[in-house]
Amino acid sequence: KSQHNMLRLITRKKHRKTTKCTRFTPCRTYAAQHKETSAAKVSFMRSLYSGKFQESIDYVSPYPVDTALDAEQREHLEMVVDATDKFFATSNDPAANDKNSSVPEEVTEGLKDIGAFGLQVPEELEGVGLTNVGYARIVETIGKYGDLGLGIYLGAHQSIGFKGILLDGNEEQKKKYLPDVATGRKIAAFALTEPSSGSDANSIKTKAVLNEAGTHYVLNGSKIWISNGGIAEIFTVFAQTEVDDPKTGGKKDKVTAFIVERSFGGLTHGPPEDKMGIKASNTAEVFFNNCEVPVENVLGEVGSGFKVAMRILNNGRFGMGAALTGAMKASMQIAVDHASNRVQFLGNKIKSYGLIKEKIGNMALRIYATEAMTYMISTIMDSGKGDYELEAASLKVFASESAWYVCDESIQVLGGMGFMKELGLERILRDLRIFRIFEGTNDILQLFVALTALKSTGDGLKVLTDAMKNPVGNFGAISGFVGKKIGKSFGMYDKVNMKVHDSLTGEVAELEKMAMVFHTTCEGLLIKYKMGIKDQQQICKHLAICSTHIFATTSVLARATNSAEKQTHGYENELNMAKAFTTFAKDIFEQNVKLIKDTKVDENIANVADDIFKEGGYNVQSPLGF
Amino acid sequence: MAYRVLVACKHAIDLSTVKIRIKPDKLGVVTQGVKMGIAYFDELAVEEALRLKEKGVASEVIAVSVGPADAQKTLRHALAMGADSAVHVNTGDVELAPLQVAKALREIVREVEPQLVLTGKQATDGDYSQTGQMLAGMLDWPQATQAAELNVENDSVKVVRETDAGLETISMNIPAVVTAGLRLNEARLVKMPNIMKAKKEEN
Repeated sequence: KSQHNMLRLITRKKHRKTTKCTRFTPCRTYAAQHKETSAAKVSFMRSLYSGKFQESIDYVSPYPVDTALDAEQREHLEMVVDATDKFFATSNDPAANDKNSSVPEEVTEGLKDIGAFGLQVPEELEGVGLTNVGYARIVETIGKYGDLGLGIYLGAHQSIGFKGILLDGNEEQKKKYLPDVATGRKIAAFALTEPSSGSDANSIKTKAVLNEAGTHYVLNGSKIWISNGGIAEIFTVFAQTEVDDPKTGGKKDKVTAFIVERSFGGLTHGPPEDKMGIKASNTAEVFFNNCEVPVENVLGEVGSGFKVAMRILNNGRFGMGAALTGAMKASMQIAVDHASNRVQFLGNKIKSYGLIKEKIGNMALRIYATEAMTYMISTIMDSGKGDYELEAASLKVFASESAWYVCDESIQVLGGMGFMKELGLERILRDLRIFRIFEGTNDILQLFVALTALKSTGDGLKVLTDAMKNPVGNFGAISGFVGKKIGKSFGMYDKVNMKVHDSLTGEVAELEKMAMVFHTTCEGLLIKYKMGIKDQQQICKHLAICSTHIFATTSVLARATNSAEKQTHGYENELNMAKAFTTFAKDIFEQNVKLIKDTKVDENIANVADDIFKEGGYNVQSPLGF
Repeated sequence: MAYRVLVACKHAIDLSTVKIRIKPDKLGVVTQGVKMGIAYFDELAVEEALRLKEKGVASEVIAVSVGPADAQKTLRHALAMGADSAVHVNTGDVELAPLQVAKALREIVREVEPQLVLTGKQATDGDYSQTGQMLAGMLDWPQATQAAELNVENDSVKVVRETDAGLETISMNIPAVVTAGLRLNEARLVKMPNIMKAKKEEN
């Protein structure tokens, strides 16, 4: 009988979302849930995962960045960019900052002068009032001058340090704190990570206990690797607070965000960490010892700290794309200048050699795509419509890996000179390494992208788990789910309808193929693993890489089309890059799909690793036997 | 005696532009999509005017730009540096040669009646080095070009000029025209509060 039901559902083909199924409660719940999910939080990547590529294609195509700023904002931004550019060109010495592991007083004063501490704070609160697009442009300029340590000093302060107040603070908190931090009178820091809690942010141990009088929370605990930890006055601190547990009627711990002033007392810090890179940025442990925080300083709601933290980190990620775009451009420029002048073999400039062209070309592709995505995401953020957390996370991964590649290859182009301190590339490379680790490790972000997207568009995955508890009674939900998915595989997905320049029609066809294969792959995985997909980390990583490259390709095609229409300077090269990038992305995409479909390689690698962990090390005998 | 100083600034191609390209019709340089801003030496002229004000020699610094709508950006920059007011002679899309610019400036001089006119020795895109000299000629004022040093004392302007043959010191009576050379000074960095103020000013 159950098989009969399945067949009926398959042949019916049109299993509607808003089904009027009355017999199976889970079905209705699923439908209601799905409606809710699809109404809220539409984003390009979520649509991609649910096979509805078309649903949010207009977030990215036509390329929206032209509309991001009006004439006045544009002029204002140009002036701020000029001031920033001039400052960094004349008044900052990145090599010295790296050598001394500090930012000199005069530089800090100069940064205050150009408003660098409060770029996104509203003018009324003594900030520069830039939008996200504006902020991205400034941060790109800072990255261009190769002082990422200073960039992090500023970024940890405003992109995450006090961003929570900007996003979730109430009026009193904003008025009280924003002017001081916007002008640089006080420095801010973001204190989440603890010795035993890195990626697993919910497991933090710092506790905040409400005092008898109900006036203050008393903080106890310690944080590690806090940027600006040794110099900040204002901290956004995350701690466990006791809240009521509706399920058990008792209490449970949930994270709450607090605005903590050093002046509250009970807050101390450790010595500056000795790091591989971004040395100019102060990194320190922060200790809370009966630190009393007034209840008015709860940021957001009690118990909503995790959401606050994720919102802050999510909101700041595009900034990394911008900084890294600047740093990549600077690195590549050094390589281009060198290759244009260096002569080797038969009196030829090395720029004429294939292996050098390969490096520069590949660098340019990555810069172009990172830049395209950065400005697109910040435009989407400014427009207020649509979600962007998956795109921002993908950008962070793509940008940090690209930046490492670009700087590393630039060093290669320069040969021995690239290895020398005086050139500065080695410092940039050291600075770049942390970008793949902090603000969400690339590994976690890739899992986040795959699982979040699969979950939210996985059409009631939660309902499915509920249904799985009683498979027989809830067969309707499961078969409905499966039926819908199978129906989709039979060719019922959204076609890509993206308008591009004439020369890119082949590339759009490739993109469409990728989107289709991606969608059917996702379906297959959901059917095969259901909830178990979350434990298939390697597969999730492959999925994330696939979706990132689809997003990147779409951004690149949209950007190149836009430039070709306006015939901006260099648009022909943009079209070239668009073509080259699509091929490059397709290659990576196909590799990853292959590894999803045939899990043998990944499994073997996991087995190798298991053996090594069992033995506690590389467990193979030397070829010599000793 | 506190002087009114008029500083003429051109909205020109930024010095950091890697390659200045000639338009296909060969009638000028490409400015579309190219970074433009206050011409390098004109900025030095603004700086010098502001220093005269700080020394008490000048009472008012007025910036003027003869150029397209975008020249507003250059004027706002001058205001953000500290100029008291700005005048924009909007030429729209028409490109003017130094002679026409000088004629326009002559009219402004007649209206504003400054005791000193400062400008850069030449602009980065045209590199003409003519406007200041022509203006002085039209006004029948003394001129000192390629200034490396400027001092004002008792209605007399003393300028050390750089020439190919070496340094030359000239003394002139005000009113006079001086064009700024490379070693005259180093322009100040603009501060954000001033940028914000300049943003709001209507001209």
